[in-house]
Amino acid sequence: MRIGIDVGGTNTDAVLVDGEKVIAANKTATTEDVTSGVKEALSILTNSNPEHKSKITGVMIGTTHFVNAVVQRRHLNRVATIRIGLPASASLKPMVDWPEDLRSLVEGNCFMVEGGHEYDGRPIVQLDENALSNAARVITASGVTAVSVSSIFSPLNDGCERRAFEILKSENPDLRISLSNSFGRIGLLERENVSILNASLQDLSEATISAFESAIDASGIDAPLFITQNDGTVTNATTAREKPVFGFASGPTNSMRGAAILSGLEDAIVVDIGGTTSDVGCLRAGYPREANNVVEVGGVRTLFRMPDVVSIALGGGTTVNTKPLKIGPQSVGHQLNNQALVFGGNQLTLTDIAVAAGKLDLGEKARLNDLPAKMVDEAVRMIHQLLGQTVDSMKTDSSPIPLLVVGGGAMLCPDKMDGIDKVIKVPHAGVANAVGAAMAQISGEADHVFNDLSRDELLKKATDIATERAISAGADAASIKIVEMEDLPLAYIPGNAVRARVRVVGEIAV
Amino acid sequence: MIKGADSLYRRPLTLEDMEALALGAWILGTGGGGDPYHKLLNMRELYKLGQSVTLIDPMELEDDALVAVLSNMGAPLVGQERLADPAFAVKPVRIMEKFLNRRFDAVMALEIGGGNGVHPMMVGAITGYPVVDADTMGRAYPEAQMTSVAVAGLRCYPLALADIRDNEVIIPRAASWRWMERISRKACTEVGSIAATCKAPRSGREVKDHTIHYTTTKAIELGRAVLKSRKEHQDPVKAIVKSCRGKFLFDGKVVDVERRATEGFLRGKAEIQGLNSDAANHFTVHFQNEFSVGFKDNKPVVMTPDLICIVDSVSGDGIGTDVIRYGQRVSVLAIPGPEIFRTPAGLQAVGPRAFGFDLDYHSIFDEA
Repeated sequence: MRIGIDVGGTNTDAVLVDGEKVIAANKTATTEDVTSGVKEALSILTNSNPEHKSKITGVMIGTTHFVNAVVQRRHLNRVATIRIGLPASASLKPMVDWPEDLRSLVEGNCFMVEGGHEYDGRPIVQLDENALSNAARVITASGVTAVSVSSIFSPLNDGCERRAFEILKSENPDLRISLSNSFGRIGLLERENVSILNASLQDLSEATISAFESAIDASGIDAPLFITQNDGTVTNATTAREKPVFGFASGPTNSMRGAAILSGLEDAIVVDIGGTTSDVGCLRAGYPREANNVVEVGGVRTLFRMPDVVSIALGGGTTVNTKPLKIGPQSVGHQLNNQALVFGGNQLTLTDIAVAAGKLDLGEKARLNDLPAKMVDEAVRMIHQLLGQTVDSMKTDSSPIPLLVVGGGAMLCPDKMDGIDKVIKVPHAGVANAVGAAMAQISGEADHVFNDLSRDELLKKATDIATERAISAGADAASIKIVEMEDLPLAYIPGNAVRARVRVVGEIAV
Repeated sequence: MIKGADSLYRRPLTLEDMEALALGAWILGTGGGGDPYHKLLNMRELYKLGQSVTLIDPMELEDDALVAVLSNMGAPLVGQERLADPAFAVKPVRIMEKFLNRRFDAVMALEIGGGNGVHPMMVGAITGYPVVDADTMGRAYPEAQMTSVAVAGLRCYPLALADIRDNEVIIPRAASWRWMERISRKACTEVGSIAATCKAPRSGREVKDHTIHYTTTKAIELGRAVLKSRKEHQDPVKAIVKSCRGKFLFDGKVVDVERRATEGFLRGKAEIQGLNSDAANHFTVHFQNEFSVGFKDNKPVVMTPDLICIVDSVSGDGIGTDVIRYGQRVSVLAIPGPEIFRTPAGLQAVGPRAFGFDLDYHSIFDEA
C-alpha cells in the first residue's frame, strides 16, 4: 500500500491506495509551513484506516513549492555561476536572459573558464583547472554556497563538469553544486538556466524535504519518502534534495497520471479543470507527452523534462461578464465559496453557469432565477468552444482519441466533442493528482548524439543507457518499459550523426 | 567610399528595430537560417553598452566601395551550445582586410533569413561599419551557389573563415561556387561545425546591380507588423501576409514530421492536417534545411523560389525545419521570391529541380 499526496497552492490532496484501488481520500487546506498540512493529511488517512498503517510501503509527495518560489521570487539562494567553454560563447554570460528582478536576487559571482567540448567529443581547449581552484576560493570568501557549473556540450561529454565538481569540493566540501548535464538537453543557455534555478533552491529543498520526512516520522508511518517528478515518476529524498527543479511541474503531471490509472487508459487527452485554470495535456503510453521546446518558468527559459501542458483561464471560479458576454480571464479563486452567486455572493462565475444549466447541484439555485436562459446557453457554448479548441490543439493526429476529465470543475466539460471518441469523467476525479503521485514509477532517460550507427543500433544503445539510469535510481529491472523514443538526424554534421532520446520507466524495486 | 552627409538614406537602427528584425528574419528564413535568438541577445547587450548600428541604402554606395558579405556557417545544433559572439563574427572581416590590404566600407548579410539576417548587425555594432540594406538571397537557402551574386556569375572568391581558436582560413581561389561551398564546408566541419565567414567581397557597383535590395527594412517592417498585431490582439498571420504582399495558403496542425540527414542537409517533410476552412484538406511541405515545395491535397501549389513560410498560428513566430513538431498549430504562407531567381539562371540554381523535384516552376503569385 502507498500514500500519495499532492501539495498544491490551495489544497493538499491525499489518498491511500492498495494496488490501483483507492482505499481512502481526503482534501485539506495547504498550510504555510507545509509540515502541518502534510501531517494532518497523513493522520486523517491513518486514523481512518489504522489496520493498514503498517502495510504502507511508500509515501509519494508532489509539491508546487519549488516552482512557486521561483514564480514568487521567495526563499531563493544567491548562486555563483561557473561556465566552462572559453574561448567559445564568451559574449553571452550566464543569466543573460533572466528577468531583472529574479536576476538581482540570485546572481552571484560569475566565472568564465577555458574548456568544454565540441559536438563530436573533442575538447574545445584544455580545461583550465587553476581557474576553477581560484573560483572556489573566491566563492568561499564571498559566503555563497550554492554553485552552478555548466560546460559546452556537457550532455555529450560531462568530463569538464565532473572535474570541476571534484576541484570545487576539494577546495570547499560545503559547496552545493548543480551540474548542468544533470538537467539534460542540448541548449547551453537553457540548460544552464535550469542548473542555476536548481542551485537557487538548495535551502528551500533542504527545508521542504526535511519537513516532509518529519511529518512522516510524526505520523508513525515506517515507510520511505519519494518525491514526484515532472515526468510522472518519483525519486528518492536524497535526489529530490539535490534536484528540486525536477519537481517543478509535478502538479499537472500527477493529475494526468492519476487520470490514466483511474481510467485504465494509456493514450488519451486529459483536461484538469480546477478553480482558476484548465490544464490540458496528452497521455502517451500512460505518461504525459513532454514539451520538446523551451518552457518558461518564472520568466526564465528552460529546456528539460516537462509535460507539454496548455493552460487556459477557465475554471469553476472564472468570472463571467454579461455585457457583452465574456468568460474570464479573471477568477475569484479560493473565494468561490463566498463570491459566487449560488453561495450568496455578487459575482457571476462559471460555477453559477453550471448550476443554472443543470450540470451541477450546488448552493442556492433560486439566486440564479434572473439569469436569461439564452445567455446561459450561450455561455455554455462558449465554454465548450474554448475547451474544444484547446483539446484539439493537443491532439497529434486526426484519429479520434478519448478525453479524460479530472479536477473539481469537471462538470464544465461537455459530454461530446469533435475529434474525441468519448468523454470520460474519471472516478475520484477530485483527487486524481494524489492518485497519480501514489502510483508513480521510476524513470531513466538518455539524450545523446551517436555517430555512424544504424537506427536500430543507436536506439538500442540509448535504451540501454536509459535502463541503466532507471535501475540505479531504484527501479526494478524486470518491470522496465520504454515510454518515449525519438531520433533526430543532425544537419551539416558528418558521420551520420543522430540525436536520440529514450525514456524508460519501471516499478520501484522492493 | 560612401556618399557623404547629403545621403538620403542613412539611418541609425534602434534596439526596437533589432527586436523586429530578429522576428522578421526568422519568418523570412522559410524554416532555415537558424533561430536569431542568441544574436538578438547579443544586440541587446551591445546596445546596453551604448553601441549601435547604421543602416544604409545600397544605391548610395560608390561604385568602388568595398562591401563584406557575412554569414555564420554551420549546424544549428552546434549554435545552441557554441553561442553567437560578436567578437568572433568580426574576425573573418579583419582576416579579409589583411588579405586584401584594404579596409571595408560597409558590411551586409549573405542571407536575410534566420540568424544570419542579424549577424552583420553584430559586426556593424563593433566595427562601426554601416550595414547595407540588402542581402543575396532575400530569404535563406542552404548553399553558396544559391545567391543572387552566384546566379549573376560574379566571382566566388576569396573567402575568409575564422575559428574561436587562433585558426584562420583563407580560400584565395575556387573553381566555382559549388567548389567554394565544398571546401569551406570542410573547413567549417574541422573547427567544430561552426565558423564565422566573410564571403567574396563585393564592389559597390556589384551590390547595386546584383544583390537583393531593402531586405533588412523588409524584415524589420515584417517584425514590426507582427509585434503591432500582437499588441492590438489582432491576427499576426494576417499582418505577415499584408506586410509582405504574401498569400495565405493553409491553416492546420502538424500531424507528422519526417527528417533525415543526407549529404550534410536536413531533408524531410511535414504533414499538416487542415483546420477551420481547410478542415477537409491536407498539406505537405518538403524541406531541405528550408521549406522547398508545398503540396495541397497532393497537388504542387507552391515552390521555391517563392518563399514558403510556416508560422505559429497564434503568435506568428517563424518555425524552423529543425524544430517543427507534432501537434503545432501552424499557418502556411507564401511570399514572392526575388525577381532574379525567377530568371532561367535563377531557376537553375534555386528552382524546384535544384531541390530534387521534377516540377516546372510555377509561381503561386502568377495565379489570378
